[in-house]
Amino acid sequence: MDLTALTLHELTDKLRKKEVSSVELTNAFLKRISQVEDKVNAYVTISPDEALKAAKDADARLADGVNLTPLTGVPVSVKDIFCTKGVRTTCSSKILENFIPPFDATAVKKLKDAGAVILGKNNMDEFAMGSSTENSAFFPTKNPWALDRVPGGSSGGSAASVAAGECAASIGTDTGGSIRQPASCCGVVGMKPTYGRVSRYGMIAFASSLDQAGPITKDVLDAALMLTAIAGRDPLDATSIDSPVPDYAAGLKGGIKGLRAGIPKEYFIEGMDFEVSSAVSKAIETLKKLGAEIVPVTLPNTEYAVSVYYLVATAEASSNLARFDGVKYGLRQDGGNLIEMYKNTRDAGFGPEVKRRIMLGTYSLSAGYYDAYYKKASQVRTLIGRDFDAAFKKCDVIVTPTAPTAAFKIGEKTQDPLTMYLSDIFTISCNLAGIPGASIPCGFTKDMLPIGLQILGKRLDETTVLKTAFAYEEAAGWSKKRAQL
Amino acid sequence: MGFEPVIGLEVHAQLLTASKLFCGCPAKFGGEPNTQVCPVCLGMPGTLPVLNAKAVDYAVKMALAVGCKVNEKSVFARKNYFYPDLPKGYQISQYNEPLAVAGHLDIETTAGTKRIGITRIHMEEDAGKLLHDAAGGAGYSFVDLNRAGTPLIEIVTEPDIRSPDEAVAYLKSLREILVYLGICDGNMEEGSFRCDANVSVRPAGAEKFGTRAELKNINSFKFVKDAIAYEIERQIGVNENGGLVKQETRLFDSVKGVTVSMRSKEEAHDYRYFPEPDLPPLIVDAAHVEKLKTTLPELPQAKRERFVSNYGIPAYDAGVLTSSKDLAGYYEEAVKLGAEPKTASNWVMGTVLMLLNEKGIDVKDSPVKPPAVAKIIEMVKAGVVSSTAAKEVFAEMFSTGKAPEEIVKSKGLTQLSNETDIAAMIDAVIKANPDNLAKYKSGKDKLFGFFVGEVMKAAKGKANPAVVNRILKEKLSS
Ligand SMILES: [Zn+2]
Repeated sequence: MDLTALTLHELTDKLRKKEVSSVELTNAFLKRISQVEDKVNAYVTISPDEALKAAKDADARLADGVNLTPLTGVPVSVKDIFCTKGVRTTCSSKILENFIPPFDATAVKKLKDAGAVILGKNNMDEFAMGSSTENSAFFPTKNPWALDRVPGGSSGGSAASVAAGECAASIGTDTGGSIRQPASCCGVVGMKPTYGRVSRYGMIAFASSLDQAGPITKDVLDAALMLTAIAGRDPLDATSIDSPVPDYAAGLKGGIKGLRAGIPKEYFIEGMDFEVSSAVSKAIETLKKLGAEIVPVTLPNTEYAVSVYYLVATAEASSNLARFDGVKYGLRQDGGNLIEMYKNTRDAGFGPEVKRRIMLGTYSLSAGYYDAYYKKASQVRTLIGRDFDAAFKKCDVIVTPTAPTAAFKIGEKTQDPLTMYLSDIFTISCNLAGIPGASIPCGFTKDMLPIGLQILGKRLDETTVLKTAFAYEEAAGWSKKRAQL
Repeated sequence: MGFEPVIGLEVHAQLLTASKLFCGCPAKFGGEPNTQVCPVCLGMPGTLPVLNAKAVDYAVKMALAVGCKVNEKSVFARKNYFYPDLPKGYQISQYNEPLAVAGHLDIETTAGTKRIGITRIHMEEDAGKLLHDAAGGAGYSFVDLNRAGTPLIEIVTEPDIRSPDEAVAYLKSLREILVYLGICDGNMEEGSFRCDANVSVRPAGAEKFGTRAELKNINSFKFVKDAIAYEIERQIGVNENGGLVKQETRLFDSVKGVTVSMRSKEEAHDYRYFPEPDLPPLIVDAAHVEKLKTTLPELPQAKRERFVSNYGIPAYDAGVLTSSKDLAGYYEEAVKLGAEPKTASNWVMGTVLMLLNEKGIDVKDSPVKPPAVAKIIEMVKAGVVSSTAAKEVFAEMFSTGKAPEEIVKSKGLTQLSNETDIAAMIDAVIKANPDNLAKYKSGKDKLFGFFVGEVMKAAKGKANPAVVNRILKEKLSS
């Protein structure tokens, strides 16, 4: 049996029944990585020594049978945006190519505390800026369903590693769709929790008011298990929410009879990709059959979401990335004086998309432009949040496509940043409003490219989002499909 | 045409919290470079600030002490600029929505009491320090981030100050309050109390402000006075020669006593302030403000007024005694133990301060405690010891820490006040000097001093002079 094709919870069962040890499992995944990584390029750094050491510890824990969690002994991967103590953390950028953090991100620490085995660090768009993982400073990641296509982004390495069986599950980050859109592209489950549900400590910031970590998994139960492990208030993150973490896995069952599923008309537009719209329509039919009430809702400010996002996110990014100046850590390119050193370092260290966003953000915060751009965008952001508040008075979840198209070809959009930005058109509003959202597989195109269904929920109501996703998954069965490599 | 200077001050005061503003590192001064640092204050990727609640309380106390309105909601903002001592590439400060606004401070000027408006008080983190061409690295600059992230409050005045002397009076008074509150050590050399001055001049009687220059690097009261005075003269000179004062930042050169242009308005940074997304708005509710209000100590001005009215000492004395909370407490303890207030004031301002200054000891570490001061005053009053001998006793107490009674005894300094004994001595002196007695009786009053001297000599200087005078006068005139 191919262990690497199994879900996290299936592996938990095997570990508990002692059918396999964590070391055996870790070796199986390391072997799988060595077999397919050349094709997929999902990892920036693979850390077999650390992984096997963690696996041995997990086996001891499993032998003792105390303090076990569903993650104990299970090999996972993490996006290379999370700081890992002693293991290089690059954010897929030249500027951090040799950066070894002296601390663990809180999400990573929680995975380790739960007994998970971390196999390595996933490739991503540099500083999480992109929708295709082509903006990695090192190499693009390939979509396991079609190697000439992108895996989505920015958490493309995480999604591809899960889809390719190079780990049991992964964690990514989502600023404007960076978990959900690659999950959609790679036919896996991705969840962006409520802003503040998972600590951002040690997660290299792109846009602080939007960034949120979450799981990327093979099915909904795995997502629930991973989220339960990483969520919670963190004294190191003042924006993390002080609210008890429910057992998300326990909340999955029970069906969705009577659930009100809102369909926002702004997300079903003329000229949408036909295969996507028909897959999503079928999914909505399935929800109806499962007993959900389908309710039309409206999110009138949706048309401004992309603009608002690219003002707010780039402004925050321009400030967040100022620390990469060659003075303290990371790349330094000397110069004749301080300013030259800064310029040389940042010129050599950042890729074109990162530079573009730093410039955009710097501009929108500049004296004389702040009111027209950053401030106005913040105001419209509030209106977008209110749209959701109003819609959620009429429904319990909102259902939309995750992305306007299935995975596009590598290189197809790299010359046209604006078209690339539109890949996130359906996912961005969720971040601006700070609400939870998941993407789950809802079918395939005729070329066997996965299509994703997005389910958005009320603030801190991950349970209903996951429950809806679980009910759909059970009925539709798409999550059982695996990419063939 | 006369010109009137218009001055506004911005003070940065470092708060005396144990840890930094946004991380757990110690905030103390000194230490080997980069030993009081952690991933947060080093600006490592992914790290986040967590606000130190103690620093907020300290800032609120200062706001209350100068009558500010404490905003229930204030917002941290990022001030963006590149410099190697600024690890994140931005300073976390407050901008549009500061912690507190609209306060004031009353200062004493030659023309009486004057109210200086305080525009705002906000919180921010300090930057690190650069060491240029340090040992072992000529041509290199080294970065020390021990200070990075230490908590500061910035206190900004209205443009209400009209002279260098008023500026200094304001700063001294402000510093005194900070120290009284125990929230800042007020050390200007170490940079825990720093001042920038905005200076402009306008034709006397004009309403419109002139163009201002911002003066930096003025790290003593004397430099504040010198820098502002120089700048006023410079700007008047520019005006009188038909020139225009430029808006710019100027650096004070304390060696030459001049200000020099550092950067023009055009070269000024665009700090691109925006709300700090890593910190939720700071909420200080009214109940908490009320609670902090009850913890405020008596402030210098109130204490001075109380000393004058309760103890009947001169305003000058009250000013000296309240110049530090510890000194005031020292004085007041002696008085409460029964020392006559003015006598105690003379002792504390005189002998006590002199000895402390000589030895460079802080009043709270004084080897002579207030009960001993009260005791010695009591002994002088009771005639046990003469006031001259008392000074000697005090010095001995200071160096040995012994009790005054013990010193008086061991040194044989007890004053002779027994009337019978003194009368006997006087009788002996009169008897031994019949000639002078005759001359005195015939009108040579000046010889009274001669008799006093002889009696004191016989008493080895220990006779109570008041008693000697009285009995001698009686005996000579009988
Ligand atoms: Zn620190």
